[in-house]
Amino acid sequence: MTAQRSVELSARSSARARPSGSRRELLSWYLMRLTGVALFVLALTHFSILHFLFDPAEQTAEFIAEERWNRIFWRAFDWLLLMTVLFHGFVGMRTVLLDNIRSERNRVLIVYLLYGLAALVFILGTQVILTLPVRGQGA
Amino acid sequence: MNALASLRLLLGYRGREGMVAWAFHRISGVGIFAFVVLHVIDIYLVGGNPAAYDELLAFYASVPGRFLEVVLGAALLYHALNGLRIILIDLWPSMATYHRQLWWASWIIFVAVGVPGMIIILRPLWNPGPGL
Ligand code: HEM
Repeated sequence: MTAQRSVELSARSSARARPSGSRRELLSWYLMRLTGVALFVLALTHFSILHFLFDPAEQTAEFIAEERWNRIFWRAFDWLLLMTVLFHGFVGMRTVLLDNIRSERNRVLIVYLLYGLAALVFILGTQVILTLPVRGQGA
Repeated sequence: MNALASLRLLLGYRGREGMVAWAFHRISGVGIFAFVVLHVIDIYLVGGNPAAYDELLAFYASVPGRFLEVVLGAALLYHALNGLRIILIDLWPSMATYHRQLWWASWIIFVAVGVPGMIIILRPLWNPGPGL
């Protein structure tokens, strides 16, 4: 039962060890950490506002159009969060999948499906942020 | 099955905290990822089909929905704090000296922020307002 791993773990941080060899892997290792810092601010701010300051019960479609996304600033903020999480979440999921799928054919297939899902999330998220009409007033 | 084997492998050569930290980080990352995909779809409905969005929102705001919301918040908070700990140690290896302190500090912050957060989210259960 030797679990062959595609990534080595660091004994110090108990996370993926800094990869050596492939420049691309090294770059994504650093970018995971850079986007992690950005998400610490963006994701926790987003969560605090929408779950602590506001209550989900009040966040109807009307609320989003009239209040939340009536301000260009918050649309831009949420789009930045979307871009950061797209990179971080999908590169992270790629690591998890490569770590757990043994068959070479399935690896290639599933990672392509993952990229397809990333493209879909990018398109749906960007489209709604760009096309939901701004109601005016506070913008 | 494979993940379990990985866990056993890890258990063999690393400290207990290290194993738990790694497993929780991975599980929380995958969980948040799944919610983010769902969340982009539900927000897409705000433009495409507002009535369907409002129906889903009614579930989010229900009692079971609020318990899931607490689980999501806990996963995000854990992943964020542990992620920061990873980044500190990876980029400034000398921080590894304080490995244990960082581990405990992240759990103290987790409880200090998480418990009040949980109370805010679950408040409508014992104090039903117009929303619930
Ligand atoms: C809130 C601030 C966040 C911080 C500080 C953070 C930090 C990190 C770091 C440093 C890693 C790399 C771990 C490693 O290389 O072993 C990581 C992995 C990961 N993150 Fe995050 N992250 C954050 C938010 C998120 C969010 C919002 C998602 C959801 C989309 C997410 C999903 C993942 C996934 C799936 C992995 C891969 C897990 C693994 O390889 O075991 N993270 N995170």
